[in-house]
Amino acid sequence: MPDGVSRQGQHHRIREMLAVTCIWATAIVVSLTFGWILLDLLRHGLAHLSWAYLVESPSDAGRSGGIAPIIASTFLIVAVCMSIAVPIGIGTALLLAEYSVARSRFGRFVRRSLDALAAVPSIVFGLFGSTLFCIYLGMGFSILAGGLTLACMVLPIFIRTAEEGFRSVPDEYRRGAAALGISRSATLFKIIMPSAMPALVAGFVLGIGRALAETAALIFTSGYVDRMPESLFDSGRAMSVHIYDLAMNVPGGGKSAYRTALVLVAILLLINGSASWLMHRWVRHGAT
Amino acid sequence: MTSSMRRDSSPWRADTALIWTLRLLAAAAAGIVLLILVFLLIESIPALRTIGLVRFFSDASWYPLSDRFNMAPMMAASLLVTVGAIALAIPLGFGSALFCRYYAPRWIAGAYRRMIEVLAGIPSVVFGFWGLVVLVPLVTHSLIAGILILALMILPTVALIADASLARVPEELIHGSAALGLTRWGMIRRVILPAARCGLMTSVILAVARAIGETMAVLMVCGNVVQMPKGLLDPVRTLTANIALEMAYATDTHRSALFVSGLLLMVIVGLLIAMAEWISKGRIYA
Amino acid sequence: MSTQESREVGRPWFPLKEGPPCCERSPVLEVESLSLAYDGDFAFKDVTISINRGCITAIVGPSGCGKTSFLMSLNRLSDLLGGCKVSGSVRYEQEDVRENKVDVISLRRRVGMIFQKPNPFPLSIRKNLTFPLWEHGIRDAQQVRTKVEESLRDVGLWDEVKDRLDASAQALSGGQQQRLCLARALALKPEVLLLDEPCSALDPIASGVVEDMIADLRGRYTVIVVTHNLAQARRIADDVAFFWVQDGAGRLIETGTARQVFEHPEHELTKAYVSGQRG
Repeated sequence: MPDGVSRQGQHHRIREMLAVTCIWATAIVVSLTFGWILLDLLRHGLAHLSWAYLVESPSDAGRSGGIAPIIASTFLIVAVCMSIAVPIGIGTALLLAEYSVARSRFGRFVRRSLDALAAVPSIVFGLFGSTLFCIYLGMGFSILAGGLTLACMVLPIFIRTAEEGFRSVPDEYRRGAAALGISRSATLFKIIMPSAMPALVAGFVLGIGRALAETAALIFTSGYVDRMPESLFDSGRAMSVHIYDLAMNVPGGGKSAYRTALVLVAILLLINGSASWLMHRWVRHGAT
Repeated sequence: MTSSMRRDSSPWRADTALIWTLRLLAAAAAGIVLLILVFLLIESIPALRTIGLVRFFSDASWYPLSDRFNMAPMMAASLLVTVGAIALAIPLGFGSALFCRYYAPRWIAGAYRRMIEVLAGIPSVVFGFWGLVVLVPLVTHSLIAGILILALMILPTVALIADASLARVPEELIHGSAALGLTRWGMIRRVILPAARCGLMTSVILAVARAIGETMAVLMVCGNVVQMPKGLLDPVRTLTANIALEMAYATDTHRSALFVSGLLLMVIVGLLIAMAEWISKGRIYA
Repeated sequence: MSTQESREVGRPWFPLKEGPPCCERSPVLEVESLSLAYDGDFAFKDVTISINRGCITAIVGPSGCGKTSFLMSLNRLSDLLGGCKVSGSVRYEQEDVRENKVDVISLRRRVGMIFQKPNPFPLSIRKNLTFPLWEHGIRDAQQVRTKVEESLRDVGLWDEVKDRLDASAQALSGGQQQRLCLARALALKPEVLLLDEPCSALDPIASGVVEDMIADLRGRYTVIVVTHNLAQARRIADDVAFFWVQDGAGRLIETGTARQVFEHPEHELTKAYVSGQRG
């Protein structure tokens, strides 16, 4: 074999080995860091974590006691958020997926706006929410204001998933229904929406995940109060805000922050996991 | 004459009502981002009028209570943190994507991808908290702490979007290059990466947009001192952290100035998204 | 008594079963110079044909000559296709179907359509039948139950599915699904049935069953079947219309009774096609 070829061969082999090493090194570094974070969270979070933590109220500025009112506030905020986001989201997704107006200027405008909305930084949502809901509409620091602000943030994600779900419903159903003289609305509500249900639920779950992770927007809209909320107009502290407060404003709050963080991450893992599982199920069964 | 064929009591009345309802809902959804812009502008105008655009860059520094509103140190901080985080996240993110697609055995790739997805779902406040209690003792409240945490946070964005665009590279290209005797890395470097170029660039741009908009994590680890950073270990305050810290007690002009910085952030991120959209010639999933 | 009035009295409407095998030879659908174009490309051009009441008309020709588009323009399903322009007239019972004031919903009840790929809704077997009935205003429980059994018996499915009416329709075999789709359309008591290659997605046995079903509809319904299976057309058709692509658009080359077209075709192309030389 001429010399040139074998030297080339060696050159390539060294390159290959280098590439493989680097790639594996990347994967290992990322995995180790992730593992570090998770283990740290588990180690400190599990210490002194008990079921009582979930049902007691915080005391001593949150250093001890539980997070029951905080869980309640979080739940209410997310509930408000989703009850606004879901109807608007499904309506918009239906329009974009099922009607030819989606290709018109109005349709393209809607899409662009949603893409832009998805990119707005969360602190800007905080500014917006506090100005519109807390001040102009007079809600003050309240769960309602927080929920409404989060609804704005969650909308693009939900719409995108819902729209994909509607689009994946086979066209034959629409044609068959049309050939039978069935109205558009009946087709949409009785055939297409039920078919797209797994995707809708997946979008719902993803939306909840996004809402739970949000902090900056909530600090300025639903506030800091860690008492059990009595109405939607009460200020309430979400779990993410609680972690922030314990970490930054309360000396010695670290232990409790770890526990709350663990609970929050566990809930999110559960939620995102079920969304993934639903998506897989949808892909496997929905097409038939 | 079959009167039953005339359009009298058409069930289509329900259809018309439906489409107008849908149009309304969609308009509401589309209107939100406009509303945000409008509010930002309205609240920014007092500051723009009183302080004037130039002073946002020429004042001594950011001492709002003494009427000094130079945003430049914070913009520099935001920029440097972002650039640093991207510099780390791109190789790690692309590497992860390549790892999943071409180097790892299937079960490892699946587990790894799942891990990245989990990482993507961790709230920024948890990252910030971990950074505060683990990283900061090691590197102090500083620019580098911010860079490291932010890199960790945008890594999943880069990896997942890059992975998706690698998946779109047509199989024929890969088979063809294999048939030509290219090595795995050679194929990646010369055929696959160029073919996925659009998607990869999009992933970077979206990660940048996410990094610039990040608030909580940088707030918690960077030290929040308003100064032009001269070294990696200097504490800094980003534009986003600034808003979060001062919103609570800012009044009048000061508050309005914060809105100006919010508007600036939105414009920058908006431009980035527009760029990403233009590159991928269509809708992108931010 | 006109057929309109007899329908209103509620008598079962199968007037021709006792009569000769076919037909009155009176046109129920008259198509004149019908053309359909998608964004400028003609699917078919200038089709003029009369469909006779109670007869089975087979539309034959190779794929791509606009046969499906032709069917879809008869019940205005072409309205659903974006960028679609139709010109010419389709007169059903003396009224031009394409005018704007026509109630398309009612039209589609009276002109039913079965598609090539069976498309039962993702609902139970029972729901597949009751849902269209409900939407057309037939909601009385007793009436609905009767119609469900009637239509399923009509297509020979009753004995096969009567114990599992609430099972998912998509669990049925291909042939059963297609028969269910037929039952679904028949439940609305249409006058004309448009069948777009109803057997081509089915295995040979199912295909045979469905074909027998279609032949059984003769006299009671006006049936237009698109098929590329010449043997099938020979077996069941009373009238035949032959389509072919000319100048980039589908055209009606020849039409007549089955005997005329298959045994004494006039046009060269027809001769070549039916003898298997072309197509």
